[in-house]
Amino acid sequence: MKTTALEAEPAAVAASTAPVDPAPAIQLDGVSVRYEFAKEPILSLKEYAIRSLQRRLQHGELVAIQDVSLVIERGASVGVVGPNGAGKSTLLKVIARVRRPSEGRVRVRGRVAPLMELGLGFHGELTGHENIILQGAFLGFSRKEMLARIPRIAEFAELEAFLDVPVRTYSTGMASRLAFSVATDVDPDVLLIDEVLAVGDERFQSKCQDRMREFRARGKTFFLVSHSLGTIVESCERALWISEGRIVRDGPAQEVTDAYHEWSLSGAATVPAPS
Amino acid sequence: MSAVLPAPPVTYDSAKRGLPFVSEALALWDFRHLVAELVSRDIKVRYKRSVLGIAWTMLSPLVNMVALTIVFSEILKQQITNFPVYLLTGSLLWTFFSQGTSYAASLTVDAGDITRRVYVPRSVFVAVAVGVALVNLLLSLVPLFVIILVTRHPVSTAWLFLPVPILVATIFTAGVGLLVFTMSSRFVDVKETYMVLLGTWFFITPVFYVPAIVPERFRWIITLNPMTHLLNLFRAPLYEGRIPGARVLLLSVAAALVALAAGWLFYARKNEDYGTRS
Repeated sequence: MKTTALEAEPAAVAASTAPVDPAPAIQLDGVSVRYEFAKEPILSLKEYAIRSLQRRLQHGELVAIQDVSLVIERGASVGVVGPNGAGKSTLLKVIARVRRPSEGRVRVRGRVAPLMELGLGFHGELTGHENIILQGAFLGFSRKEMLARIPRIAEFAELEAFLDVPVRTYSTGMASRLAFSVATDVDPDVLLIDEVLAVGDERFQSKCQDRMREFRARGKTFFLVSHSLGTIVESCERALWISEGRIVRDGPAQEVTDAYHEWSLSGAATVPAPS
Repeated sequence: MSAVLPAPPVTYDSAKRGLPFVSEALALWDFRHLVAELVSRDIKVRYKRSVLGIAWTMLSPLVNMVALTIVFSEILKQQITNFPVYLLTGSLLWTFFSQGTSYAASLTVDAGDITRRVYVPRSVFVAVAVGVALVNLLLSLVPLFVIILVTRHPVSTAWLFLPVPILVATIFTAGVGLLVFTMSSRFVDVKETYMVLLGTWFFITPVFYVPAIVPERFRWIITLNPMTHLLNLFRAPLYEGRIPGARVLLLSVAAALVALAAGWLFYARKNEDYGTRS
């Protein structure tokens, strides 16, 4: 995101085991996110006015993530696992600045490119070319900056021949390839991916994997939420297991996914205590 | 790790947060390219699949004007000098205002869709709505000039003053647009309610009549209506062929600034709460 660059600050909290990165890519300190909602969904202004006059407005609260502290070094690849509704997507959202934490502090270094649900803002009537520029604008890039990137993006997505046709004629795979290529070509420092690494065919997937490796080698960070434990073990070094809004395990990807897998199979109703 | 780049600075810190109405304005500026792209996307998509294309924007006010001219000058025998130009200047500015604000109200769905996935300040969508309406206004100035020439309305150097009324009207529209957009992000019925309100508002705005025909005891309604002054400001150069007087200028600039300040403060205060409820 193109925001005013703030002064760099030394990290206050350090991970206990890993060598301390003085400038972690992502740092969360005691972050909680609560969603407030009306007990009876009141969506109309009329109803709201009537009920507030009658003093019959009731609010409920849903805690999506609770007191999460986390340090992610630059160049790290982190996978996130956990049951539905555990708070995985909310965690990505606070990092992406889409949700502001209700409590705690989030710090992110560099440009963040979220890749949550592919094809964000793609418009069917517009051509591939026009969509690339629009997609770039969502990430804060000007038309001129994007024009220079188009040949490279098209080449990586293998869509050179289809740039001038409307995106509505693309297959799902083609659209995903285009979105992935744009998100990774804008050179983000942090790439957030929600359930979407299964892009295109096997050959394209291996190209994606290569690009991810190259990313990390350059000190870029990526964060992957997925239900596919295989994908996480393949592409991440570290994994977080999230349950009921808390991190219950944090460690090497293989260990964490194994523990999660075992727990899932055991059918245990209780969530393991945070270690 | 040979080619590790130096650590980028902290770009987002949730704890560092200035006054919302300042930080939201800076955020909107950061996303000016997105506003431009979304406006151009909107215009392109609107005309891509239509036969008449961009000509439609210019034709539709003409068709409207002809119909209304017949109704008001022939049937109702209203006596206004060069009624077509009077009517068209009024209806172009009214259309700009009503289109910009109601479009802002309807963009909340798109805004929700996008801001759930990527950080984009929501005010971008109000800017887009006003931007699209502004492009349409500028395009429809072409048929207006055609009518001015055809009806032998005097051409005046006062036309050079035209950017001022357009700018003032844009500020006013943005202010009201922000209010409606923010309310509409929270409550689903705001858009319909606002459309009803617009219908009434149109009739208390001297688009197709002169304030003089309104009975004395109701005239204060017309005077209190900020759109009256904006219309006067717009008509002064185009219809009357003169630079507007200080009173009209002052009243309309004041209305525009009050609307923008109110809209922006309300938006900055409520946007985050309203925008993340769904």
